[in-house]
Amino acid sequence: MNITTILFILLSAMAAGSAIMMLLNKNPVKSILWLIVVFFAISGHYVLLNAQFLAVVNIIVYAGAIMVLFLFVVMLMNLNADSEPAKNYRLHLIGVISGGSLLLVLVSALMKMEMQQPVQMKIGDAGLIANLGRTLFTDYVVPFEISSVLFLSAMVGAVVIGKKD
Amino acid sequence: MLLAVDLALIIEKLVLIIVVVMASLVIAMYTTFAERKVAAVLQDRRGPNRAGPFGLLQPLADGLKLFFKEEIIPNFSSKFLFVLGPGLAMLTAMMTSAVIPWGDKVELFGRNISLQIADINIGILYVFGVVSMGVYGIMIGSWASNNKYSLLGGLRAASQIISYELAMGISLIALLMVTGTLSLKEMVVQQQSGYWNIVYQPLGFLIFLICSFAECNRTPFDLPEAESELIGGYHTEYSSMKLGFYLFSEYINMFISSVIMATLFFGGYDIPFVDETTLTANTAAILGVLALMAKVVCFIFLFMWVRWTIPRFRYDQLMYLGWRIMIPLALFNMLVTGGVILYFNK
Repeated sequence: MNITTILFILLSAMAAGSAIMMLLNKNPVKSILWLIVVFFAISGHYVLLNAQFLAVVNIIVYAGAIMVLFLFVVMLMNLNADSEPAKNYRLHLIGVISGGSLLLVLVSALMKMEMQQPVQMKIGDAGLIANLGRTLFTDYVVPFEISSVLFLSAMVGAVVIGKKD
Repeated sequence: MLLAVDLALIIEKLVLIIVVVMASLVIAMYTTFAERKVAAVLQDRRGPNRAGPFGLLQPLADGLKLFFKEEIIPNFSSKFLFVLGPGLAMLTAMMTSAVIPWGDKVELFGRNISLQIADINIGILYVFGVVSMGVYGIMIGSWASNNKYSLLGGLRAASQIISYELAMGISLIALLMVTGTLSLKEMVVQQQSGYWNIVYQPLGFLIFLICSFAECNRTPFDLPEAESELIGGYHTEYSSMKLGFYLFSEYINMFISSVIMATLFFGGYDIPFVDETTLTANTAAILGVLALMAKVVCFIFLFMWVRWTIPRFRYDQLMYLGWRIMIPLALFNMLVTGGVILYFNK
């Protein structure tokens, strides 16, 4: 056991534990706060893989921007456990079936995966910003540009919806 | 060996962290005092002058007063989150100082000690990430207060910070295109040998300055705590030192953003018109720290000057300025910078 393994175990426990807490919490605001903890744990994993850029972008975009918007909406609607309508059993059953089948697919996919050294710990430098930028703008330039067009169209759509009246 | 670490390095960093944290707290403390003195001068008054010579003990008296005030936690609020709010505000305010280069290396006990806690190669993005976390302290506290005025203040703070973060980020991208590095230390080194970045990025600096006023919730953008419409804003329900934490974190944020502006655009610890290589390492380092602090004091004074001169914006004006003026201006700045770099093939 070296320090990387210890940190990995701690971060994984943190991620899984707070994900479970997020699901179990009845209060939506507290669920969101637990989800933020999950994002922090995942960023910790990125740092362990020496992908500092990904780690900090994960914090800025997901934990910083998207979660603030979630919190915003939940606070404005003032959702809480009391005001939420009770779901009937049919909905519960449908939820269990669809969730269970997703779990089945994930587990079978994981079983088929060959165990190999998936990532380079510490020595890997693919996540550093210079290498990442070079890869994105040379090897993957077409998918990168297409996804940025997708973002642009989403922004235009948001403006159109906002300007309706 | 398990956990083989350099003990001297850990002690060195620990001392540095303690010094930086204590220094930012003391500076923030005296910033509150300076704010009242500056306000007094601008309004033709004397300002605090009772506690100690020239009123110098006033911040201590204020702090003691806050400590001894009654602690009130509203019945219907979520207690844990209510306490977490001010704690988070304070934590995020202090965390930014980790990547700031306070000075060059000093030689002590035969060791070369860098006056920077962590020189990570994504320095400026780290600052950005921590700043984007800062809004949670306000939002959580305002929601946990279970008070409509608090909630409105918190929502205003959140939307304001999100809006101005965009323009701030885009103005930073232009700066990064010029410097070609994300590490704050490297930026300072570049500025030591060449011109300061303000020469290359005057418009970018202006946008960054205005956005940092908005990010610190300072007048003219202090809508989250507009007392004429929202009582106390997001900290209406807070009392005692929890209120103190909120007020105090604002001053720490002001200090840190002054340091960041000085580092990014005004050469950081670079001493103007002096070639640092002619001095010995320790003298250069100490003079460098002093130079950085002098620049920071100028910025803090600017923050106060604006606060006591310009009245508060209306809320729709604030949003208009953020989305319709600052963001297009920042995009224009980025395009021009890119074009110029391409033209000169720098």
